[in-house]
Amino acid sequence: METPVQHPDESRRDFLKFILGGSVLAWIVSVLYPIFAYLKPPKQNEVEVSSVKVGLLKDIEKDSGQIVKFGTKPVILIRTANGDLRAFSAACTHLECTVQYRKDYGMIWCACHNGKYDLNGRNVSGPPPRPLDEYRVVVQGEEVSISKKS
Amino acid sequence: MKPYLKKIYDWVDERVELQDLVNFMAKKYVPVHRHSIWYYFGGVSLFLFVIQVITGILLLMYYKGSEELAFESIQFIMSKVAFGWLIRSIHSWTANLFIFTTLVHMFSVFFERAYRKPREITWLSGMMMFFLLLGFGFTGYLLPWNELAFFATKVGTEITGAVPVIGKPILEFMRGGDNVTGATLSRLFGFHVAVLPGIFTILLGTHLILVQRQGMSEPHEFKNKPHAEQKTMPFFPNFILRDLTLWLIVLNLLAILAVFFPWELGKKADPFASAPAGIKPEWYFLFMFQSLKYIPAKVFVIDGEVLGILLFGAAGLLWMLVPFWDYKSSRGEQSRFVTYIGLFVVMYIILFTILGWLA
Repeated sequence: METPVQHPDESRRDFLKFILGGSVLAWIVSVLYPIFAYLKPPKQNEVEVSSVKVGLLKDIEKDSGQIVKFGTKPVILIRTANGDLRAFSAACTHLECTVQYRKDYGMIWCACHNGKYDLNGRNVSGPPPRPLDEYRVVVQGEEVSISKKS
Repeated sequence: MKPYLKKIYDWVDERVELQDLVNFMAKKYVPVHRHSIWYYFGGVSLFLFVIQVITGILLLMYYKGSEELAFESIQFIMSKVAFGWLIRSIHSWTANLFIFTTLVHMFSVFFERAYRKPREITWLSGMMMFFLLLGFGFTGYLLPWNELAFFATKVGTEITGAVPVIGKPILEFMRGGDNVTGATLSRLFGFHVAVLPGIFTILLGTHLILVQRQGMSEPHEFKNKPHAEQKTMPFFPNFILRDLTLWLIVLNLLAILAVFFPWELGKKADPFASAPAGIKPEWYFLFMFQSLKYIPAKVFVIDGEVLGILLFGAAGLLWMLVPFWDYKSSRGEQSRFVTYIGLFVVMYIILFTILGWLA
């Protein structure tokens, strides 16, 4: 059998194909890259919040819960029937709906998929996969504030 | 034809050979058999699409796609703009009816095996349009920026985020950041009025050209009949006139729904409020929503959501690819198995939708 001989012409053609194909590829990348980069939302500097004031202790009813703005995140502040104050991230660990305090259950409840947490933030029933993150509640005199647990 | 019309016709015909098209239309026949009624659901869906385009453009004249103004602009449309309540209500009702008629259309095509060779591409384009339709529903749902929409979008995008590897970037891409904010509204608005309609129109064009070129699919039992017993009716004008009559009925139905059951606007979204009790997705997502409730938080090492979304994804893909694995139908044989699968899917969807609705 005869081995095919590479003509100088063919190798020149291969070279040109390579250059041409390469430039087409480079061109496509140079068009697509800015588009994809544009679509990725820029990280905005969020003001790092470490503590927020909620109000006066006497204004917070026993056996109740409220949503507090903690920077851009919702936090649920609960005052139990015996007067304890507790705070947790209000974003359900299941699919991020905002939870609420249910007096009738004495629990933290998520309306979206019926997830339940006890008053220590532990997921006790429904789909939530983990407990709610806990925040620290500080009472100074009458003033109640919430801060991140370090 | 009136002389002046004939003149116009001849002028166009001389340039683009209209006569070919007319000859084609005149020769086109629609098979008549006991399942012929299902042929009409594609046409009705097409009509509803046209209504959505028209009412959508009308809504665009007043709608403002921003966190501060979206809710108020729809309030304005519904209370101040002449017939604004009607246009918005029709748009919302049509969206629901549209998904319903395409569902009927899809299942009838499935059970009639109309997807079999040579109509695989028609089926594929139809399925892609159906998924886009769900996308229309999902993106349009957020636009009023009300409480239900806010949490529906949060949950919907969060579920996407649960998909391994690609989920997180897609979530960020859809939300325009980490959370559902005004940035999300802008993006979904853009998808709803530009990206999705653009792609949809291309698919619809393909779908319609194929239907015209290949004609209506004939069921097995019709094909096996002796030629003399195969009843047909001319596409033009008999079938078209029946189509138009049905469209008129549907338009009246829409008007009745829009007038007597106006679409509500609800409460404006507040990112710092708890999800309202009794929150539910739209009925066409309800069966998936309900299924997710029954999957435990963890199955072995996989998160419940991830498992759910992977299962639904796989099922959807198999469904879409049915022309390629249902060999029997393509060979012209009965395929009971496929019928059972279809019946199972219909029953599953109906059962879980009812369960979700009652819950």
